[in-house]
Amino acid sequence: MAQATAASAGAAGSFKTMTQRKREDALTGYAFLAPALIIFLIFLIIPIGFAVYISFTNWNGITPLAQADAYQFVGLDNYNRLLFQQGISQRDFYTAFKNNLYFVMGVVPAQTILALVLAVIVNQKWLKAKGVFRTAFYFPSITSSVVISLIFMWMFTRGGLINTLIGGVSSGYTNVDWLNDSNGLIHNFLGLFGITRQTVGDWASARVASLTLWDWISGPSVTLFTIMILNTWTTIGTMMIIFLAALQNIPSHVYEAAAVDGATGLQAFRRITVPLLRPTTFFVVTLGLIGTFQVFDQIFVISSGGPAKTTLTIAYIVYQNGFQNSAMGLAAATAIVLFVIIFAFSIVQRRITSEKAD
Amino acid sequence: MASTTFVQSQEEVNNPLRRLLPVIGITILVIFALIQTVPFVLTIANSFKCLPAVQQYPTSFIPAPPFGVECRTETGASRPAAESSNTLTFNPATEGYTELSTFPFPRWFLNSAIYAIAVTVLRLLFDSLAGYALAKIKFPGNRVMFFTMLGTMMIPGVVLLIPRFIILKQIGLLNTYQGVIFALAADAFGIILMKQFFESIPDEIEEAGQVDGANRFIIFFRIVLPMATPALTALAIFSFQGTWNNFMDILIIVGGNPQLQNLPVGLALLRGQFGDTLRWHTFLAGAVLTTVPMAIIFFALQRYFVQGVSYSGLKG
Repeated sequence: MAQATAASAGAAGSFKTMTQRKREDALTGYAFLAPALIIFLIFLIIPIGFAVYISFTNWNGITPLAQADAYQFVGLDNYNRLLFQQGISQRDFYTAFKNNLYFVMGVVPAQTILALVLAVIVNQKWLKAKGVFRTAFYFPSITSSVVISLIFMWMFTRGGLINTLIGGVSSGYTNVDWLNDSNGLIHNFLGLFGITRQTVGDWASARVASLTLWDWISGPSVTLFTIMILNTWTTIGTMMIIFLAALQNIPSHVYEAAAVDGATGLQAFRRITVPLLRPTTFFVVTLGLIGTFQVFDQIFVISSGGPAKTTLTIAYIVYQNGFQNSAMGLAAATAIVLFVIIFAFSIVQRRITSEKAD
Repeated sequence: MASTTFVQSQEEVNNPLRRLLPVIGITILVIFALIQTVPFVLTIANSFKCLPAVQQYPTSFIPAPPFGVECRTETGASRPAAESSNTLTFNPATEGYTELSTFPFPRWFLNSAIYAIAVTVLRLLFDSLAGYALAKIKFPGNRVMFFTMLGTMMIPGVVLLIPRFIILKQIGLLNTYQGVIFALAADAFGIILMKQFFESIPDEIEEAGQVDGANRFIIFFRIVLPMATPALTALAIFSFQGTWNNFMDILIIVGGNPQLQNLPVGLALLRGQFGDTLRWHTFLAGAVLTTVPMAIIFFALQRYFVQGVSYSGLKG
């Protein structure tokens, strides 16, 4: 009996210290978290809520918000102007959306495939000086996007290095104005066969969301294409290293077993490497999607959206609307639409990748 | 025995291809390695030329004496390209670099260093504290906090442009050093990186400390943090690189004041002022000076760079 009381008293005692300890842990936990949490609240979470609110107003970004007539509540007007109502805002948005789509569809596959190919070669047993190649491929990733944009501008100027190089190889070459050519690549290609907007029929001049169908299918302009090359060039290094790390994680006995079974190198690549790399590929493609949908720095430095708005991107019109056109409400709405677009693409991409896995 | 012969015959069938594969592979690698590095070599070479020589092709890239030639004659006219450059070699000049000092370039360099160092130090502290709490301390809301952090990583940086601008304007930190430093002082990626690392440290180590009566903070700073050097190094590299090269955030926060801009923002806005007639040797000199500090860090700590990137990839 006495023993039982002692035991229960002991249990009660330890129970008390347990709650005490729990409370202590909660306190220390939040104390550790506090600095980061405060930063996140002030510069991330509250601002996002604020931006959603601003996107329903016509604030110009300049008048102090405390002033009585600083802004009016306009409901969904900004979204409407951007997406549905005919006008310059809508045309700019869909132009940017179209450019961005071409940018993503060109750069993401190119960077993923090139990075994978390079990683597979670097991972081969017979390769010497792996470190040298890895360093060479990765180096552009550590430099500033602004610096790389300046270097590319210099190389791609009309009388510049790239044109001189191509001109040296092929004699009939007329210099391409890489940084100032608004013609779409598909438009140029079709033009070779005499197919133009005038010859294909009236449908090409029909307008969908303020743009003619011909505009939609013209492809990226030569200038946007130049920026696509730049973007691919800077990103393959990082992605190659991610692939390389994943390749090195595949145990070598898997390949040895396949070789014993008579699999050729190519078969082993298709049946072993590619499936085992699926999670990594998913990660790389997601990184690529998020990065390319946000392309901004290079556009800012090289083309400011020109020529003829063919390098306008969604990120760039967020900046333009907010800081140059003094339409902060519209800019906030554009940013939120961009977020939704990126989010939707990530989900679609996740669907596609997981379906393939089944 | 039978299977051995089979493998051998397979190898014989593949022999010509097998010999060729390394050749093709190395060719691809060499071509890409050149594509990735030659632009930098040419940038360095041309930053040391006089302007007319930059615009002369084929581009010479081998420096030859005399060094430090003057780009202008006594009357102030620029000397023709042929005087300082031929097909392969050029006489290095420093005009591009001296011209940089006519802009607030030294100031931008200093600002880049201030931002990068301050943000890195704060992130090392704040991210590791938060990462430790999420990894090792059981408190109500632990999971919610973790998923909130993870969720913020999905928000694209561009989307934050406007919100950050609005809040910084409201609290009066627009166009200040503090504005840049505080806004970037903690990041979800770093917190999750540190959390991941702390989870790999066995609990016994901290329990031993607790038995000795030390509190959590002492245990963290004396015992746990010193063990985290590899993760801290990776985090320091990412933070320094990200902030040194940061363009978009810094453009929005201090774009209005040239005295507060960093190198990328300064160079980009300078390019805007020049329009299409850039003084290329000056811009290339700016590009070189912006890249050199990162390059030094990269070559000194290469191992950690690669580890860090692979780590971020394996997580996904």
